[in-house]
Amino acid sequence: MTLALFLEQLLNGVQLGLTLFLMAAGLTLVFGVMGLINLAHGALYMTGAFVCATVAGATGSFWIGLGAGALAAAAAGAVVEVAVIRRLYARDHLDQVLATFALILIFSEGARLIFGDRPLWLDIPAALSGTLALPGGAQYPLYRLAIIGIGLGLAGGLWWLINRTRIGMQIRAGEADREMIAALGVDIRRLYTLVFALGAGLAGLAGALVGALQSVQVGMGEPVLILAFVVIVIGGIGSVKGALAGAVLVGVIDTMGRVFLPATFGLFMAPAEATATGSALASMLIYLVMALVLALKPKGLFPADA
Amino acid sequence: MRRLLAAGVAAMALISAPASAGTKVGMITTLSGGGSHLGIDVRDGFALALKQSGRSDVELVVRDDANKPDVAKSLSDELIQSEKVDILTGIIFSNLAMAVVPGAVRDVFYISPNAGPSALAGKLCNPNYFNVAWQNDNLHEAMGAHMKGAGLKKPFILAPNYPAGTDALNGFKRFYGSEGLAGEVYTQLGQTDYAAEIAQIRASGADSVFFFLPGGMGIAFMKQYAAANVGTPVFGPAFSFDEIILGAVGDAALGVKNTSQWAYDLDNPANKAFVESFRAEYGRTPTLYASQGFDAANLILSALGKAEVADKDAFRAALRAAEFASVRGAFRFGPNHHPIQDIYVREVVAGADGKPTNRLVGVALKDHADAYAAECKM
Repeated sequence: MTLALFLEQLLNGVQLGLTLFLMAAGLTLVFGVMGLINLAHGALYMTGAFVCATVAGATGSFWIGLGAGALAAAAAGAVVEVAVIRRLYARDHLDQVLATFALILIFSEGARLIFGDRPLWLDIPAALSGTLALPGGAQYPLYRLAIIGIGLGLAGGLWWLINRTRIGMQIRAGEADREMIAALGVDIRRLYTLVFALGAGLAGLAGALVGALQSVQVGMGEPVLILAFVVIVIGGIGSVKGALAGAVLVGVIDTMGRVFLPATFGLFMAPAEATATGSALASMLIYLVMALVLALKPKGLFPADA
Repeated sequence: MRRLLAAGVAAMALISAPASAGTKVGMITTLSGGGSHLGIDVRDGFALALKQSGRSDVELVVRDDANKPDVAKSLSDELIQSEKVDILTGIIFSNLAMAVVPGAVRDVFYISPNAGPSALAGKLCNPNYFNVAWQNDNLHEAMGAHMKGAGLKKPFILAPNYPAGTDALNGFKRFYGSEGLAGEVYTQLGQTDYAAEIAQIRASGADSVFFFLPGGMGIAFMKQYAAANVGTPVFGPAFSFDEIILGAVGDAALGVKNTSQWAYDLDNPANKAFVESFRAEYGRTPTLYASQGFDAANLILSALGKAEVADKDAFRAALRAAEFASVRGAFRFGPNHHPIQDIYVREVVAGADGKPTNRLVGVALKDHADAYAAECKM
């Protein structure tokens, strides 16, 4: 294992982690503040990617597309909150899972009707299409570095919003005691819509950013959603700090595992078997980590009510 | 009352009686998600051949499996039990084929227009199962032979971890040999981020990359590979470089060699007519998947011209004879109902419109049969 490979994988892991954080932040806030399990979060991620690809295609500017994708996802989130989610807060988690699963199907079919079955292409902006030389000789794509930068910036912004602003104070109060802040005269319905739209916007932004690396297609949100759930369970449900720590942990472990597990098995096994065993174990690795964290700290690394 | 009931029963009987003695073909294929362009092309190629045949007694029922094995399995039950199809076809991905085919061939014929997992060519081969495309290993074997012949010393090989992925790398190694590989990696099926694998390729000191990543996976890999500025030349089967993937990847794919049993510029009358009519009908150049769908339909039509599906033995013999003008030229079935055919090498070049496209450059393996025929007892 060379230093260059290690460094590149570390960056890859952090980049994956920060994308997961954008997904997980909304998920964990919505659960923490409203006590709602939102399976449709992946659908908002997909919405962001589709709108970004369409707008970027029409205007020729990736950045306008990115903004439009995040705003469209936030708007879709607000509409969904008012129309559907609002009716679910008082009900148990099973009803929420059922209703938000229905939303996934509605969003997927809707996207298929509007955009068709074929994946859309979204190219990375020309200014970020180059690479940056890393110490050790490897070259790292600028676009992935930009994702890391945007992710860190948004993590900082979210910290500021929650810890330094009036809305953040209300969000924290809502996490601690829902009834009490309503009794104190805060418009709890408006706050819920706002938090939901914020989470949706972050998910949409993540979808748009990742869409340029891959292809934009129906159902792209669900695999990420599963990882995002793993992230918030590891980090502690309801905790934004936990979501950040969990996301980076999952990103780095997943990326490192995919590369270094097969190599490790290769030291004492035949190459083909080592590849098969290593790859199989690598795809389970984050779930093993989740099980370990739950065994040692059942409420996650950074419990929200600590 | 009794008379009314009797009339009702009679009416029901009338409704459920077969409308005509036509043939019903059920197609389960992937029409949504990352692998959708494969299924769409198989469907369109198949439908084109049916339309050109002018046979109105052959009915096609199409279902989307969304690339999910459980969905494919329940669709096959639905098509066999309630739609009462005579023939099934259409499955793109081998893990779905493994979920459907072994059960389906107990009741109906299955004509595979794409997936050709090794198990179905060997131990699990069945008299009612025909593969009109290739056995999974074939195109990879051809690329293994081509890269060996081209003097490449240190290839890095990469495929998703599912039946066709293991078939791919085994096929490659069967003809290249397993010595000298810079690395061998199985990725997750449906994976969309290849940063970790690309970093490994760069660190491995490979002189070439062989990858099998069909559909959306191939697009994601090629885009990210080009952006990472690795520079090591890439090779692969045609699945990694079909016309749709090339359209998405753009100039980054120029110069890439790939192996295919078919090319749109293959010089034979059936193919020229096919490519021309496909372009006229759908406004795009057919991929190899479209050619496979087209051949699958023509194989079925050729057998229907000789025998009724109800007479299973006669129909099976008619399928086995494969007397249709395949767009890939010479075509025949081996003893395990898998093709014996030439595999070609294609190169990605700039087309007349400046966009990358595949051009035929030569033959990689002549009259190539698969490696599993000996394991097939039927």
